[in-house]
Amino acid sequence: MRHLLSINDLSATDAIGILDTATELARINDGQVKKLPTLRGRTIVNLFAEDSTRTRISFEAAAKRLSADVINFSAKGSSLSKGESLKDTAQTLQAMGADAVVIRHSASGAAQRLADLEWMSGSVINAGDGTHEHPSQALLDAFTIRKHLGKGASDLKGLRIAIVGDVLHSRVARSNVLLLSMLGADVVLVAPPTLMPVGVESWPATISYDFDAVVPNVDAIMMLRVQQERMSDLFFPNSREYSRYFGLNSERMSAMAKHAIVMHPGPMNRGLEIAADVADSARSVIVEQVTNGVNVRMAILYVLLAGGPLEVGSN
Amino acid sequence: MSVALSAQDISRALTRISHEILEKNHGSSEITVLGIPTRGAHLAARIAAIMSSIEGKEIAHGTLDITLYRDDLRLRAPRAIMPTFIPPIGIQGRDVILIDDVLYSGRTIRAALDALGEVGRPRTVQLAVLVDRGHRQLPIRADFVGKNLPTSEKQSVRVSLTEIDGVDEVVIEGEAN
Amino acid sequence: MTTQRFLLKSGKVLGADTADLLISNGRIEAMSASITDETATVIDLKGSVVLPGLVDLHTHLREPGREDSETVASASRAGAKGGFTALSAMANTSPVADTAGVVEQVYRLGQEAGLVDVFPIGAVTQGLKGEQLSEIGAMTDSVARVRVFSDDGNCVFDPLVMRRALEYIKKFDGVIAQHAQEPRLTIGSQMNEGIVSSQLGLKGWPAIAEEAIIARDVLLADHVQSRLHICHITTAGGVEIIRWAKARGIQVTAEVTPHHLLLTDDLASSYDPVFKVNPPLRTERDVSALREALADGTIDIVATDHAPHTSETKDCEWAQASFGMIGLETALSIVTKTMVESGLLDWVGVAQRMSTAPALIGRYANHGQQLVVGAPAHITVINPTKSWVVDRDLVLSKSRNTPYHGYELPGLVTHTFFAGQATMLDSKVTDKAVQ
Repeated sequence: MRHLLSINDLSATDAIGILDTATELARINDGQVKKLPTLRGRTIVNLFAEDSTRTRISFEAAAKRLSADVINFSAKGSSLSKGESLKDTAQTLQAMGADAVVIRHSASGAAQRLADLEWMSGSVINAGDGTHEHPSQALLDAFTIRKHLGKGASDLKGLRIAIVGDVLHSRVARSNVLLLSMLGADVVLVAPPTLMPVGVESWPATISYDFDAVVPNVDAIMMLRVQQERMSDLFFPNSREYSRYFGLNSERMSAMAKHAIVMHPGPMNRGLEIAADVADSARSVIVEQVTNGVNVRMAILYVLLAGGPLEVGSN
Repeated sequence: MSVALSAQDISRALTRISHEILEKNHGSSEITVLGIPTRGAHLAARIAAIMSSIEGKEIAHGTLDITLYRDDLRLRAPRAIMPTFIPPIGIQGRDVILIDDVLYSGRTIRAALDALGEVGRPRTVQLAVLVDRGHRQLPIRADFVGKNLPTSEKQSVRVSLTEIDGVDEVVIEGEAN
Repeated sequence: MTTQRFLLKSGKVLGADTADLLISNGRIEAMSASITDETATVIDLKGSVVLPGLVDLHTHLREPGREDSETVASASRAGAKGGFTALSAMANTSPVADTAGVVEQVYRLGQEAGLVDVFPIGAVTQGLKGEQLSEIGAMTDSVARVRVFSDDGNCVFDPLVMRRALEYIKKFDGVIAQHAQEPRLTIGSQMNEGIVSSQLGLKGWPAIAEEAIIARDVLLADHVQSRLHICHITTAGGVEIIRWAKARGIQVTAEVTPHHLLLTDDLASSYDPVFKVNPPLRTERDVSALREALADGTIDIVATDHAPHTSETKDCEWAQASFGMIGLETALSIVTKTMVESGLLDWVGVAQRMSTAPALIGRYANHGQQLVVGAPAHITVINPTKSWVVDRDLVLSKSRNTPYHGYELPGLVTHTFFAGQATMLDSKVTDKAVQ
């Protein structure tokens, strides 16, 4: 596997392998070892054409813990923002000897274009492309769910997960629906009808417009960020109405199953899709998702970069 | 294919190694036994159990996975990472006994020394192997050896352990020349 | 002026009867079972089909203003390669073709290139803004004799403007060619709205945005009793509306592009913007409906919507890329593949859809005529037994944005005659300057 562009690039075995590797790495990171020599001498470029602090830092921490060299290339002030094309940027990176590029971009499909057009020879890791996918986020979400609810199983069979919010514009939702269902979970999407994509019936998930009906029956609730701009684009009348019907407030939280957890990919709009006291409650694993993110991203980098090209007959 | 060690040979070798370790280290109080997965880990558990029954007390033991420290990662598809478990007493200032099934080029042990270096600073690092088949590529030697098996590089040595393979035996495969 | 005489032997005229044709002085001088002529250049057309010269009612020639992607000359060469003897230059140039001056310029450029007749299309509204009517009268009176008016690229979205335009062109025997796209439903749209767009995270262009405009405009055309033409129809729903309108006697015609007869929206999964086009590729269901409609005449013509784009506007991420595909050189092969080989249309039907009917809509008197003695010698020859592989590096268009690179297509266009002159012989376009 040379690139990670979409969850569709992984089989269930591949995905579980990444989660298991992340589990081991988490144990190592919890112990005394903070740095591993595994990717020494490799150069990983963070190509963040769209602003993001947490994902970029997470990939940077992951790469550095594996002793890779990290070069950060972010949108503001870079030649990308001055109109240099993605193609020219990629060719520059190739000339610099990048072994892998972690790319975040506002255009859906940008990561695939980078990989397909072979403007550079390294591995391409999609850190979020437009509204298409965010595979490492889904993997860290699956890792978190398995850790809390997995009961020792390697997959997520039988678990019920709700993903709530702006599904239409969410790359986190798309990747999670693919991964969680691949690992055996039942996914239910909750959103106002205006924020459900046309064609969502073809997705491996059920849909509901009724958050209250879903809340007591799931093992995990994953809240998605809702952007303020969606109001002016006529997706819903105002934030008050959105919160009332689709926000995770303390009332809804108390209706959750005892063991159920609350997740959010961040950054949160406290008070809009999630109440502050819910975000800070004991059920919330939101902060832990960040830690898990580093371990999962280390696992991804290890799987993509540590090995050489696949040989016939290799295990 | 020839059987180099039978189940009984293996059992006697492990018992002898266990006594030798205790003799050289004047007892078990400063020892931490670490097996290198996969089969080294099982051998380490057995050796720790034998030493425990000799001494009449618990022996600190665990596993040390060296996958992330290998120098040959790029030659193959990425390998699965095995568990690393350092016992609570740790390795700082203690005598670490590394256990592996076969000593060959020595690169695995070199990686193990790097891995140990990240965990802490042992007083000594000693190596016990079930089989030493020669052909070292690095200046590494074993302190305790179950059996010396001269082999040619064309041959392969296969260790089977009951815990994984259902039977205890060591087999040499292939022609000597 | 004497020109070369050509004797085309043993071709199947309209795919039916084998006949020899003698071309001289721009006309078909003779046509019968067997002709001998010592002075004529003999061309053996055994196994080939002889059609009247193809007429494209929807071509983007990009000149003036975007000569980096195409010029009238290069498009003429591409047209000759595809078997075309007439092209219709869409008005979305820079400056827009909304005055007599610009359309006359384009007309003259076509004459200079001399490989096809270039018929300029005039903008419906000034600057294509959809607010004020352009100088329609002046354009019809100009040397270019414009009859087709279109804001293509943009939709004439304001119903009052569309009504006035339909009323006004009645004086001039004109036709309004509408690009049916309700702008409020397609803000930022990238591809067909459907299952594929939801998976790819690309903003959808719903079919209803086309259907709603078609429905409104056929009713308007009926109300004011004027001629309406629907450009590049892509939806099964739109086809049904046209069928309904024609059954009521409404004066509406419709065109379909070759790419909408073959390609579907799942091709966007590669995120390769060579498949990005406006209106977008749609579903299998739409493709089937379009083919049936072209066969039964609900859709009157095939028009290429040839849209050249420079490589930097296609060699990038999808959202940044321009909309459009080139199509002149592959059009007849695609129609052969989708309509003739499937048995939906015979060569008589192809001649009707790609020559006679478009010429009639555009009022191009010299084109699309029956192949009879005395008719202008605009002739296209295709060998249906030969197939060829599309290579984007070998196209004659200045731009390389063809979705068919690497495809093997049936039917090789071998000869094109424009007013009796050979513009293509043995699949090689002749350079007029050389003659």
